[in-house]
Amino acid sequence: MCRYPADRLLLWVLRACAAVAGAVVLLIAAFLVAESLPALRHIGIGAFVTDRDWHPAEGMYNLTPMLWGTLLVTAGAVLLAAPLGVLSAVFCRFYAPPFVAGLYRRLIELLAGIPSVVYGFWGLVSLCPLIGQLHPPGPSLLAGILILALMILPTIALTADAALGAVPRAYLHGAAALGLSRWATVRGVALPAAKSGLFTGVILATGRALGETMAVLMVCGNVVQTPTGLFDPLRTLTANIALEMAFALGDHRSALFVSGLLLLAVIGLLAAAAEVVSRGRVYG
Amino acid sequence: MLRTYLLVALACLSVGTLGCVPTPNQRKGKLVLTGSSTVAPLAVEMGKRFEAENPHVRVDVQTGGSSRGVNDTRSGLNDIGLVSRPLNADETDLHAFPIALDGVCVILHKDNPVAVLSEAQIVDIYTGKIINWKDVGGPDAKITVVNKAEGRSTLELFCHFYKLKNSDIKAHVVIGDNEQGIKTVSGNPNTIGYVSVGTAEYDAEHGTPIKLLPVGGVAATSGNVANRTFPLSRPLNLITKAPPEGLAKEFIDFAISDKVYDLIREQSFVPIPR
Repeated sequence: MCRYPADRLLLWVLRACAAVAGAVVLLIAAFLVAESLPALRHIGIGAFVTDRDWHPAEGMYNLTPMLWGTLLVTAGAVLLAAPLGVLSAVFCRFYAPPFVAGLYRRLIELLAGIPSVVYGFWGLVSLCPLIGQLHPPGPSLLAGILILALMILPTIALTADAALGAVPRAYLHGAAALGLSRWATVRGVALPAAKSGLFTGVILATGRALGETMAVLMVCGNVVQTPTGLFDPLRTLTANIALEMAFALGDHRSALFVSGLLLLAVIGLLAAAAEVVSRGRVYG
Repeated sequence: MLRTYLLVALACLSVGTLGCVPTPNQRKGKLVLTGSSTVAPLAVEMGKRFEAENPHVRVDVQTGGSSRGVNDTRSGLNDIGLVSRPLNADETDLHAFPIALDGVCVILHKDNPVAVLSEAQIVDIYTGKIINWKDVGGPDAKITVVNKAEGRSTLELFCHFYKLKNSDIKAHVVIGDNEQGIKTVSGNPNTIGYVSVGTAEYDAEHGTPIKLLPVGGVAATSGNVANRTFPLSRPLNLITKAPPEGLAKEFIDFAISDKVYDLIREQSFVPIPR
């Protein structure tokens, strides 16, 4: 492979690109650890889970309610958006007339292009008051789940659509030759064959939901508490950083970096779990 | 003949240049400002504009609270201190220059029939002792309490005035900036919140369905903040140890001039009329 100078050059360019991409992640992680160290040293790791509450000005630094907030709002959004996205892709690929399918695809792409702050703003001025009429206060776990589901729906729908489109024609022809109904073809042939793509789409969407900041900051209410119902407000780790960073000093500022570190750990765990779950079954 | 004219013109021009340019450029050096995190963002903006007018000057702003501002000024660690309250009786050795006023008022939705809340009622609502509007003369509906995120100056001023601790406040919604608070209150008729007077007044005048509650019988207007009759307000001060001179004096004169009124309003503070 390395016999040709052009190939060698390309090899080194590719190596450099890979090194840069990898180094950025490591640098970010190192930076987060370095900025969190003062808090971890002064306050101690234990304080972040055992303190009574999150009131940095009064020396209380419990992050667990926000960790739960992040996990609950993400799980809710993925549970809602994954079936919707996959089924809409099935409709688009196997049931819709070509004209409708094309139009539908353009619409979903448009949905993917809307900035998150617009979703958040819409949620704040329309969705929250609606939920508030149903059950006060309005900004709540439910609002967060709905907005996030709407935001990650296009990611899931588009990757699922692409994955279903990549199923070899021969499989579908085979199913047709066996005389399978359309739904049986989808369920028994297309979905299993596209499993890996569908899974990747859901993982991408989960990552996006975990990291989303502006939209959840605007609709979730940001009260630091572990939500016990759909109508309870909550604060996510990302919103915590965005809300308080501008005015934080000393240990408070450092504690916000601990929030970021925790978020990175959650995403790392997610990636690891995805790897374990998929090993030999989805990608194999 | 022509040549003489040209020479004279050139000479005039160079004298003119020599005479003009150095005046704004002559100021040189570095100013260190330390203190209140409320004043710091405003001081940073003022510093940037001051640096733009005086390219050889550097303005360095560090935060750490009003007490640090006072301590640093006394021990000579800074050139100017930033203090977001009036000077205390034991601080008369320092010289204070108010650059702006900060006012906070309670806001309700326009459709809420409640027109006045006493100090005790506001404290009870914010600590969760009153949870229904009917207990303060409103409709039978649950009160949604909007609080500010930790570290915001409005939160600090509000808590200080009503003698509340942030951990005692039972909030349903926590918000970042003033606009988010106003959107939350205008979207839900049963909400109570507090924001900067300047921002609330501007939005109420431009059709947002909110109303500003008076404090101690004084209407919440930036006029009343400016004439210092509105109780829920405080001055933002620059302080020095000795009567200011040199660069510090130049900066203070700049900070109290009308050249920075737009910066003061951008930070939702109220300029002091002179």
